[in-house]
Amino acid sequence: MIAFIARRFGSGALLLLIISTIAYFLMFFSASNVAMNILGEDATSEAILAKQQELGLNLPIFERYWAWLTHAVTGDFGISWFTNEEIVETILGRLPITMTLVIGAILIAAVLATILGMTAAVKGGGIDRLVQFLAIAGFAVPNFVVAIFLVTLFAINLALLPATGWVPIEEDPAQWFLSLVLPTSALVLATVASAAQQIRSAIKAVLEKDWVRTLTSRGIPRREILFKHVLRSAAPAGLTVLSLQFVGMLGGAVIIESIFALPGLGSLAVESTSKGDTPVVMGVVVFTVVIVILVNLVVDLINGWLNPKVRV
Amino acid sequence: MTTSTTAAATHGAPLVRRSLLQRIVRNPLGLGTSIFLFLVLAIAILAPVISGFDPAATDTDNLMVGPGGAHILGTDSAGRDILARLFFGAQTTLISAVVVVVTAVSIGVPTGLIAGYYGGKFDGVASWMANMLMSLPSIIVLLAVSAAFGPSILISMFVFGILITPSFFRITRTAVMSVRNELYVDAARVSGLSDLRIISKHIFTVVRAPIIIQSAMISGIAISIQSGLEFLGLGDTSMISWGVMLNEGFRNIFINPMLVLWPGIVISLTIGSFALLGNALRDALEDTQKLSSKSKKVAAAAQAEVDHSAAPADAASHLLSVSKLSVGYPQGDGSLKKVVSDVSFHVDKGEVLGIVGESGSGKSQTAFSILGLLPGNAKIATGHIVFDGNELVSTGEGAISQKAMTQFRGKRIAYIPQEPMSNLDPAFTIGYQLVRPMTEVLGVSKKEAKARALKLLDMVGINNPERVFKSYPHEVSGGMAQRVLIAGAVSCEPDLLIADEPTTALDVTVQAEVLDLLRDLQKRLGMGMVLVTHNFGVVADLADRVVVMQYGRVVETGEVREILRSPKEEYTQVLLSSMLEGKTPMTMLTGNAKEQ
Repeated sequence: MIAFIARRFGSGALLLLIISTIAYFLMFFSASNVAMNILGEDATSEAILAKQQELGLNLPIFERYWAWLTHAVTGDFGISWFTNEEIVETILGRLPITMTLVIGAILIAAVLATILGMTAAVKGGGIDRLVQFLAIAGFAVPNFVVAIFLVTLFAINLALLPATGWVPIEEDPAQWFLSLVLPTSALVLATVASAAQQIRSAIKAVLEKDWVRTLTSRGIPRREILFKHVLRSAAPAGLTVLSLQFVGMLGGAVIIESIFALPGLGSLAVESTSKGDTPVVMGVVVFTVVIVILVNLVVDLINGWLNPKVRV
Repeated sequence: MTTSTTAAATHGAPLVRRSLLQRIVRNPLGLGTSIFLFLVLAIAILAPVISGFDPAATDTDNLMVGPGGAHILGTDSAGRDILARLFFGAQTTLISAVVVVVTAVSIGVPTGLIAGYYGGKFDGVASWMANMLMSLPSIIVLLAVSAAFGPSILISMFVFGILITPSFFRITRTAVMSVRNELYVDAARVSGLSDLRIISKHIFTVVRAPIIIQSAMISGIAISIQSGLEFLGLGDTSMISWGVMLNEGFRNIFINPMLVLWPGIVISLTIGSFALLGNALRDALEDTQKLSSKSKKVAAAAQAEVDHSAAPADAASHLLSVSKLSVGYPQGDGSLKKVVSDVSFHVDKGEVLGIVGESGSGKSQTAFSILGLLPGNAKIATGHIVFDGNELVSTGEGAISQKAMTQFRGKRIAYIPQEPMSNLDPAFTIGYQLVRPMTEVLGVSKKEAKARALKLLDMVGINNPERVFKSYPHEVSGGMAQRVLIAGAVSCEPDLLIADEPTTALDVTVQAEVLDLLRDLQKRLGMGMVLVTHNFGVVADLADRVVVMQYGRVVETGEVREILRSPKEEYTQVLLSSMLEGKTPMTMLTGNAKEQ
């Protein structure tokens, strides 16, 4: 068990190293104009040179990368080139917003997808075809298009919900909740149908197992077989589906946060990449990859725990 | 996903060559989506000719004109013609899809072929890299790329093609691994073909179908990502695209919500068409015969042609009476493929009835009918099943009332399956799977049920009941698992035991022990028993009477001794002689019906 976790942390660290290296060298290409971007169009060339020196842009790329890496492993991601804010602080301030959005959306999607997938697998017929149709529709309409239509309908035409913006929970819990409704719905709507379809397949596969027939022959009520035994056996496949959806939602949050003007990690990523704020982009990349690695690790651990053959 | 695509690989490959296009066109969904996508392609190519307006020409006199008039769909915030921009946007969309698919296929397929064919270190490294790419939120990477190289949609799509490579890599690898050790590949290897020849000739045909299907799906995803990037304002603003139109529309959404409508619709329709085309391709390649509503009606009609005779008058005098039972599966053409036809027999209290036949003779389907455990798509066309005076099935019902069955299952009719290991839920302990039916059916406390379970385990000859009680199914041997299943079947002291090939999956030495156990339990509990087997030896050992089945029909019925001494039917003689030679019955006589 401990060896398993250690191995996963090892491969996670390696993954993080590779990704951050690639990202850093990619950002190198975008850093050429950054000093002028910071100082503005009218800055003198002396001022630009001084700024470049200050940011260390005159140093060789490997030296800069090494400096970044040695600081990053100690948890020091430096300060933003544009705002001079501590990057770790900025990210930790924005992380809760993205996490509220994504975790809320994945939980709602998980419950809905399980109910839909289970019903489709067990009942078949009309509801089965409906889930298949919704899966195609969910695939066809990208989450940002869903978001735009939600805004048009609920915020503009019906004026029921705020179109954009974010209210902290400590300021006004009701407004906080309302400001989350549309972005969360957009993420849920775009993922729930395809997750439901995959969970449906997983449950269908379990329903065909011999032991389902044997348990039925023993007089166990159908409902108990479905909710205790079948759901349990389909859980690993379902969790894997949901973990992939979670990664997809992290990406989706980038666009959704921009649409709804939510000050989360995603909008930070868009702002900092378009400006070329290398240290901030690197921080966002590292945090995102760490979240993905942790989610995958947790899912693997749960799946291991669910499987008595692996459980220790 | 993987299994279905593998299935497509093995069954679909030869069909690609023959008439893939015909098959797709015959499918209404395939035809519709093909026409739509062809239209998009035609519009993209002909955009400069058919547009009528310069898509980039601004017209400050006609800002945000509504639909109708010279501008059919109106104009945007800069007075540009929306229809013309939609037409030109199709170019960007299709180019993006092509760049992504070409990139991903040309990296993913060769690496998948090599990894699947040779395995080893390359496979390990490639799979690790695939997993790594899969775990990345691609939009974050694409943001970094667009920051690095500027807003070039071609570069972004190339990078996205790399990011999505694992989907082709995995499909190819799985398909190749499934055929790598097939006989025809071995034969090719033995006959001295080079690996390159084998891969290109034999293996590539197998992976072609899943790659085509996946390409359609990935095209849809590519369009979604591309328009998403442009919507964020990270696209090439000099290019006209649907994503840019969405972006502009969204900025003016309070003024004119219609501006986002058109690009939103065409994006969704195009992605949806690719997804549906992928489904149509899959159906065409797998050649699945789906039940249309029309054929369902025919199936219902086939089912309706039943006799309305009542159960035989003496049915109630037997423990179990099966009369004129027919079971079938609805086929794609609306007919009912019968696997059991007109089967009648009865079992009395304390009597053992053997049902003998080869695979596909319908004996297992008969057994499942009695338990009400036929697969969901099976239909009982005709017949009556009466258990101890209770009608479980009567003609015309088509299926057994699950509610009526629950009062008998476990309590009065019990079942011993064929494969011990696959008939225990791997996620629950053996103890739980013994205790729970007793608390449900007998209404006893958990404690009492546990005491009974331990006694039962002891009774079926398990040396260490406490240990087995706590074990998970994977921790015991096949023979032990079968004893557990027997213990479970008799745990509520049923009147009738249905044993479906109870010894077939076991070692020869264990077989004899399990048969002894069954005989002993049957005598001690005075149970009636239906013993389904292909082995006349088992019948001779246990049964009082025997029913011989072939092709879903009863060939011969009688006392075991009589049939052993003087079988009347030729088929029975064949079965018997195969037993006397000490072999299992030859399968040459087997019908094409597959036993469930």
